[in-house]
Amino acid sequence: MDAHDEQVRLLDSEGNVETHPNYKVDLDDDQYLTLYRQMVVARRVDQEGMHLQRQGQLGIWAPLIGQEAAQVGSANALAERDFVFPSYREHAVGYVRGVDLVEMFRLYRGQRLSGWDPAEYNFAPYSIPIATQALHAVGWAIGAKWDGSDQVAMTYFGDGATSEGDLNEALNFAAVNAAPVVFFCQNNQWAISVPLSKQAAGPLWRRGPGFGMPGVQVDGNDVLAVYAVARAAVERAREGGGPTFVEALTYRLGAHTTTDDPTRYRTRDELDLWTAREPIARYKAFLVKAGLWSEEVEAETQAEADRVTAHVRQAVEDMPNPPLSDLYAHVYADPPVTLRRQVERLEEFESELEEADA
Amino acid sequence: MASMTMAKALNTALRDAMEADDRVVCLGEDVGTLGGVFRITDGLAKDFGERRVMDTPLAESGILGISIGLAIRGYRPIPEMQFDGFSYPALDQALSHLAKYRNRTMGHQPMPVVVRIPYGGGIGAVEHHSESPETYYAHTAGLKVVTPSTPADAYALLRQSIEADDPVIFLEPKRRYWAKGEVDLPVTGLPIGTAAVLRDGTDCTVVAYGPMVKVALDAADAAEEEGLGSLEVIDLRSLVPFDEDTVVASAEKTGRVVVVHEAPEFLGFGAEVAARVTERAFLSMEAPVLRCTGLDTPYPPSRLEEVYLPGVDRLLWTVKRSLDY
Repeated sequence: MDAHDEQVRLLDSEGNVETHPNYKVDLDDDQYLTLYRQMVVARRVDQEGMHLQRQGQLGIWAPLIGQEAAQVGSANALAERDFVFPSYREHAVGYVRGVDLVEMFRLYRGQRLSGWDPAEYNFAPYSIPIATQALHAVGWAIGAKWDGSDQVAMTYFGDGATSEGDLNEALNFAAVNAAPVVFFCQNNQWAISVPLSKQAAGPLWRRGPGFGMPGVQVDGNDVLAVYAVARAAVERAREGGGPTFVEALTYRLGAHTTTDDPTRYRTRDELDLWTAREPIARYKAFLVKAGLWSEEVEAETQAEADRVTAHVRQAVEDMPNPPLSDLYAHVYADPPVTLRRQVERLEEFESELEEADA
Repeated sequence: MASMTMAKALNTALRDAMEADDRVVCLGEDVGTLGGVFRITDGLAKDFGERRVMDTPLAESGILGISIGLAIRGYRPIPEMQFDGFSYPALDQALSHLAKYRNRTMGHQPMPVVVRIPYGGGIGAVEHHSESPETYYAHTAGLKVVTPSTPADAYALLRQSIEADDPVIFLEPKRRYWAKGEVDLPVTGLPIGTAAVLRDGTDCTVVAYGPMVKVALDAADAAEEEGLGSLEVIDLRSLVPFDEDTVVASAEKTGRVVVVHEAPEFLGFGAEVAARVTERAFLSMEAPVLRCTGLDTPYPPSRLEEVYLPGVDRLLWTVKRSLDY
C-alpha cells in the first residue's frame, strides 16, 4: 500500500521550494496567483463573517482562518464536473467552486438552512452532523462509477470526524467498491476543545492503509503541497484507482465558532507557534522569491478582497427575513393532508393577528 | 388472479420496478446472492446483476448514507434494513438527512429512497428482531411511513413508494410475509395516504395497520359470531400521510374507536388517532378512544410475546370496554 511516513511539503516555512520524489506542481503564473487571490479573499470574507456576527447580522459564524491553504489547494485539484460534499467550515472550497459567498452567509444568518442548489455548483449543502456527509460522497461516487463517468467526489471533514462511525463506514464502503472518492481530512488539531491527542492514538493518515487505500499526510499550510497531493488523489480516482485518504495537517487559528472561547483550552504559545506558520504569508514569500508577486498584484488582490467583502456585507445587511412559506413549502414533494391543514390554521392565525394589529 | 404470499408480492414489485426504471437499485446486507434473510430480493441479483442488487458491508448507517448519495447521483435506491432492531444505527442518516435534504435544499434535491424494514413480532425471535419502530419515523417531518397488510396491497404500496419523490419508510409486517392472498397483477391499489375500510360496521371502529389488520378482522368476525356487535375495520396503510378523514368519518358513524398496534401504548400512533378523533368528532363520540397495544416494556422473550402482543381476545375485551362505557 502506497503510504508515506513523512509529511508531504513543497514549500518550507520561508517559502523556499522543496522537492519531493512523488509530488510536484506545474502551474502557469496566473494559476499561481489565483491560489494567492483565493486565499486572501477567503480570509478577508471570513473576517467579515466574524464582524457581521459581532454586529448582530449573523447568528453564528464558523471561521476558517488558518485553513485557507488546505481548502483552496484541494478545491483547485477538482474539475467542475466533480462533486464536493463539505462539512460546515468549507467557505473557501465553496468560493473556489463558484458558489456566491453570500449563500454561505444565509445559513449562518438563519435565513435558510442552506443557500444554493447543489447541482448548480456540484457542491452539496453544508452538513452539520459530523462525518455524515462522507457516506453521501461515497454513494455518489459509487453511482458515478456505475454510470461509467470519470467524475470524482471529494468529501471534507475534520480530525474529530475520524472518531465517528459514519466516517469509518464511508472509508470501508469506498474501499470495498473502489469508489472514485477523495477523503480530505483537515486536521486542524482541535475538535472544539478536545485536542487530537484525545481523539486518536495513531496518525490519521494511517486510516487509509487500514481500510485498503493509500493514506497521505500533507502539510496543510502549504497550498502547493496540498494542491499536488489532492490532484494526485483526484487523478487516481478518475483513472479507476479508487479512494485515497488525505490528511492535511493544519491549525484552526480561530475559535470553533463565534460561540466558542479557545482561551479556555489552549495556550497563547501554541497559538503563536501556528500563527507564525499560517499559510498566506508563507505562500506570499514563495511568490516574491519566484518573482510572481508585485505591488500591482497585491493591490489587485486586495481590491478583489475589498469588492467581495463589500458585496457580502451589503447582501447580508439587505437580506430579507424568509417568507412564511419557507417553513413548509419544501418539506415534501407531496405533503400530507395533516400538514396542509396545519398550514391553513397557521395562516388563519397569522391573518387574524394582522387584523388585530391593524 | 393469482394466490401469492406477501413475500412473493414484494419480490414481484421490486422486480417490476427494476424492469420499469433502471435507476432503481436494491442494497443491503445479504440482499444479493442469498436474496435477503426473508428472501424478499430472491433471484433479483441473478437477473439484474450484482450492481443493481448490491450486497453491502454490515453497516446500517453506511447502507442508508450510501443510498442518500446514490439519490443525489440520480438513482432511486431501495436499502434494506435486515431487521427492525438493527435499523437504529441508521436513524441519524434517516432523521438528519433523508428526512431533511429536500427541505434543506429548498426543494432542489429530492430523496426518492425507499427504506425497507421487516418489523413487528409474533415470530418467536430473539431480542432485537420483533420491534415496532414506526413512531420514531412518523414523528419526523419529511418522511412517509407506509405499512401493508395484504400481499396485494404490499405490491401496490411498494410500487407507489418507489415511484414517489419523497423518502418512504416501508415497514413490512414480517409475521404476514408467508400468508397468501389474491393478487391481480399489476395491482394499482389506493394511493398512499388513503386508508381502506376493509369491513363495514355500525357499533365500533377498529383502527389497525400492518400485522394487526388480520387480528382486527378476526376480532370483527368473532364479535359478530358472539353477538358482541358490528365492528368497522380500517386499515390505515400509511401512517404518514395519515388519512384522518376516513377515520373521523367512521368515528362519527359508530361513535366508538379502538386503535390496535404492536408498538407500546405511550406516545404510540394510537395517541395521534385518539387526539384527532377527539378534536374532530368529539360530539359524535359515545366513549373515549381506547388503545389495545404492546406494553410499555422492552419487547419480551418470545415465550411471553403472546401476552405482550394484542391478540383477538384482548382486542375484543377492549372493544367491550368501549361498548360498555
